[in-house]
Amino acid sequence: MALSNQQVSEIKRARSPLARQLDNGFVWLTGLFAVGVALVLVAIAIRVGWEALPAIQQFGVGFLTSSRWDPVEDIYGALPQIYGTLVSSLIALLIAMPIGIGVAIFLSEDFLPNKIQRPIVFMVELLAAIPSVVYGLWGIFVLIPILRNMGVALNAGLGWIPLFSTRPTGPGMYVAGVILAIMILPIIAAISRDALVAVPPELRQASYGLGATRWETLFKVILPAAFSGIVGGIMLAMGRAMGETMATTMVIGNANKINPSLFDQGSTIASLLANQFAEASGLQISSLMYAAFVLFLITLIVNVLAELVVRRVRMKV
Amino acid sequence: MSDSQPFISRSLHRNPWAPRTLFSNVMTGLAIACAVIAIVPLVAVLLYVLINGVSRLDLNLFTQVQPPPRVLNGGLGNALQGTLYTVGIATLLAVPFGVMAAVFLSEFVRDTRLARWIGFATNVLSGVPSIVAGTFIYSAIVLTTKTFSAFSGGVALAILMLPVIVRTATEALELVPSELRQAAVGLGATRFQTVAGVVLPAALPGIITGVMLSVARAAGETAPVLFTALGWPTWIQNIWQQTNTLSLLVYKFATAPYPNQQQLAWAGSLLLVLLVLVTNILARFFIRRKI
Repeated sequence: MALSNQQVSEIKRARSPLARQLDNGFVWLTGLFAVGVALVLVAIAIRVGWEALPAIQQFGVGFLTSSRWDPVEDIYGALPQIYGTLVSSLIALLIAMPIGIGVAIFLSEDFLPNKIQRPIVFMVELLAAIPSVVYGLWGIFVLIPILRNMGVALNAGLGWIPLFSTRPTGPGMYVAGVILAIMILPIIAAISRDALVAVPPELRQASYGLGATRWETLFKVILPAAFSGIVGGIMLAMGRAMGETMATTMVIGNANKINPSLFDQGSTIASLLANQFAEASGLQISSLMYAAFVLFLITLIVNVLAELVVRRVRMKV
Repeated sequence: MSDSQPFISRSLHRNPWAPRTLFSNVMTGLAIACAVIAIVPLVAVLLYVLINGVSRLDLNLFTQVQPPPRVLNGGLGNALQGTLYTVGIATLLAVPFGVMAAVFLSEFVRDTRLARWIGFATNVLSGVPSIVAGTFIYSAIVLTTKTFSAFSGGVALAILMLPVIVRTATEALELVPSELRQAAVGLGATRFQTVAGVVLPAALPGIITGVMLSVARAAGETAPVLFTALGWPTWIQNIWQQTNTLSLLVYKFATAPYPNQQQLAWAGSLLLVLLVLVTNILARFFIRRKI
């Protein structure tokens, strides 16, 4: 029984003007906070970009292609860090992508009864909740010794390949890649699982009805249907890997160089910031801000694209 | 299917060595292997942290301050204090801010273009690298107040908590049945009364769950407090001075060459992991009970 407009306005008029204004004020206030959340994003971009301005004017685009980082001479370039950010994330993706999608398939199909499946889903989620610094500590004392032995063997056998051409000394690009893979695996698994679960059951039934096996159905019907969601998850994971700081800083070696060998030490934009910010001054701070701004822009682009892809999938469901 | 053959046997059982079945079984094996590989690091991290951290888990850990290099014993007292301060500030800032924003998104503009845009920005904000949030607060607060402080560390953590709280609170509010709102409005409640008296209490368990999870996450975050709180070797008097946090201490002691400090790093990690574990299990319990 809808009220007529007149009745509604009569009810509204029954309240004192002050009460009405207060109530409207409440709505406005919540709106202000909501817009404020979006404005934080804008504020970060403006503030960090503003502080980076002196370095941007000084070095321009050359900052991105120079590999000299020299606080004594006040000359700065971040190519090794950009290289390290991209390569360590790429290693992480190459490891985490197949495993993450495998986990997602395993936890979305009916391989397991629900009672066993849910604890496993929970455990994979827990992997994402463990603090980055704890992974770093574990990486230093547990993962590095294990990986070094494997690395030494690889270097002895396949050292002629540039990728394995240096003898691992402990920390290095490959350890960072493995740690990042562990940290982004839950993201890929969770989002891919969402995408797989969202595939309409009719498609599955039709495929089984035609006599396809479970994996024929998966490869030819379900994975293609969930493809864009999985791609979105992988991109979100990549954004996360590029911005990850603590674990990477603790195991990558923090050397300012570019070496094709994965066993050599390197650094990322995030690790550069973590190492130098507290003691920097003057143009060095501005250059670090420039590096942070570059990292912000790269991850922003990746995240916006990923969000658009994932969102489109959610809308369809 | 091209490889269809006339029935050789009348049995409906699949021949396990037929190529298609074989492929299917091998792939199933691979999927199981993936799940096992994914769980291994979790178990390894939990075990190592427990084994290495448990030896220092006593009262001293909570009451004594961190030891200087080459000095034995000591605890994590000041780091815990700093964590309490920074995370407390972050919670005080992010929770009201986030819940108010969530109220707007779920109660007043739900399913509109504006809500979608703000939701989009919130998700993108949660993807901003935590170190960049630290950089932002450094330039906005540390450079302005000219000092590293627990306060600026707290604000940096608040930026990371904010999108999580907005998202979880919006979800919790949207789950509240609309009949409750209609009933409240029907009784003559204003929008404020409806939200504060009916909708928020109904969504409280969900909101608390989200807050708990984000508090646990903030306590473990290191990058944003790295150059906002910076670190401090002993107890602090107020929030306007430099402070250490549990995560900062783990980072610094993990990379220090002294066994005593390394042990404390493991003990600190154990506390962080326990915090994450307990809040996650509690959250799961909360969510299950509601359904």
